[in-house]
Amino acid sequence: MIVVRQKPLDEICAMIAGHRRVLLVGCNTCAAVSLAGGETEVDTLLQLLRLTNKRHGTFCELTPAVLQRQCEPEYIDCLQEGDYDAVLSLGCGAGVALLASTVGKPVYPALDTLFIGSAKGLARWQAECSACGQCVLGMTAGICPITRCAKGILNGPCGGVSDGTCELGDRPCAWVEIYERLDSLGCAENFDTILAPKDNTTRQICEWDMSEGCDEK
Amino acid sequence: MSLSDAFGAGRFAITSEVGPPKGTNVAEMLATAEMLRGRVDALNVTDNQAAVMRLSTLAACVHLKNAGFDPVLQVTCRDRNRLALQSDLLGAASFGITNVLALTGDHVSVGDHPSARAVFDLESVQLLEVIRLLNAGADAAGKELHGSPEFLVGAVVTPEARPLRPQMAKFGKKVSAGASFFQTQAVYDSESFKRFMEYAHQFDVKVMVGVVVLRSAGMARFMNKNIPGILVPDPIIAALESSSDPQATGIELTARFVDEVRDYCDGVHIMAVGAEHLVPAVLDAAGLTEGCIA
Ligand code: SF4
Ligand code: SF4
Repeated sequence: MIVVRQKPLDEICAMIAGHRRVLLVGCNTCAAVSLAGGETEVDTLLQLLRLTNKRHGTFCELTPAVLQRQCEPEYIDCLQEGDYDAVLSLGCGAGVALLASTVGKPVYPALDTLFIGSAKGLARWQAECSACGQCVLGMTAGICPITRCAKGILNGPCGGVSDGTCELGDRPCAWVEIYERLDSLGCAENFDTILAPKDNTTRQICEWDMSEGCDEK
Repeated sequence: MSLSDAFGAGRFAITSEVGPPKGTNVAEMLATAEMLRGRVDALNVTDNQAAVMRLSTLAACVHLKNAGFDPVLQVTCRDRNRLALQSDLLGAASFGITNVLALTGDHVSVGDHPSARAVFDLESVQLLEVIRLLNAGADAAGKELHGSPEFLVGAVVTPEARPLRPQMAKFGKKVSAGASFFQTQAVYDSESFKRFMEYAHQFDVKVMVGVVVLRSAGMARFMNKNIPGILVPDPIIAALESSSDPQATGIELTARFVDEVRDYCDGVHIMAVGAEHLVPAVLDAAGLTEGCIA
């Protein structure tokens, strides 16, 4: 899923200041599972914004809406008509972008999009993928070096690892984990393969049409 | 004399390092190098070490080369993509710089421009492969070069990394990628270094043991806490603590260590970390008194 997190309230207020009627649009897919853009979060943000308006004596009409998926046109058609002059999206970047290309009014992001990740317990997520377009997980025992190694390097670990912790100090060293899992899977020899420099052209893919197949390049 | 001459002659090689200035005034860097003239085979020049922005390592190498030293160009992958890395390497070769040390580099977030974008288009192993290609007359895209370098290619290894096995496996990768000499992270335990060398001896490469001269017990504790892969044993800390002249003790300990391991490796790399003036005393104490470079 896409993992998102709500922006600081001040930043949200600054974006929508000056608009009189704002539609708050949640997204019931990743953003809801990320506990940042579902019905509860839309409602909470709406209350917070109302309180802020009240405290500052400003007026702004706020209306909630929650879509099944902000990143698909068929789910957002219902927003085309409406009595609002701006949209505050509680979706990921893709949701904001699609709304902005559809509704013909200013659309602002209430969330920051962090990564493609997995749930790691209650309200915790692990970054797993950076959508590099050329997956190497088959060589790395399912642990993404692009995402989970702080340097995104393909032949680690670097010299910064200390007792299995990354030199940034905020995570286990991805390359130590890769080594240990490969070893436990009986595939330690994978580790001796030098992974070639990444073909960065796959990161430049801007649009993909399935009918074109995947052997273009 | 140069590093490759020392290796070629099978002589115990001696290198140290200097850091380029933050700014354009290279006088102090050259004065530091001067203290080491005749005592070392080559001088490493650090590359925005610890992700702190400084004068370019290539420019500093040219200054040193012009002053008659044999520089080792440290190249990290943090700040440049594969195009920039290759152009700088060709540039260095065009100035007659023949030694390269390929490193991944510290992350920008530990340095003085923490919000910069870290590049890491390549890392040390891939950079070694690219240098091998350049030496063979082609670039990373397979295009032929008009004039190609003849680099002596080095890399680094941490003999006391924790955990050790992935580091050892990576050492093997660096050898397959073309590293012909290694400088190690600073080591203090001669037995553990000898164990590492038992492993390293299966490869046909030169290994220079890395040393950092300890100047106080506090410095030793700081390194244990903050520098990955460095392990100063307690007896050494105790010796520094009880010494009335910790700096002299540090020099003596370093000299003794070098003496203990010199038959097991091919040279020593002294990282002076701001105390280059102590390097000649260390070399004297270790009996490494032959003049090396003109
Ligand atoms: S290798 Fe690329 S595609 Fe695969 S998980 Fe990592 S970033 Fe995602
Ligand atoms: S310590 Fe490990 S995770 Fe951190 S940058 Fe180095 S290789 Fe990557």
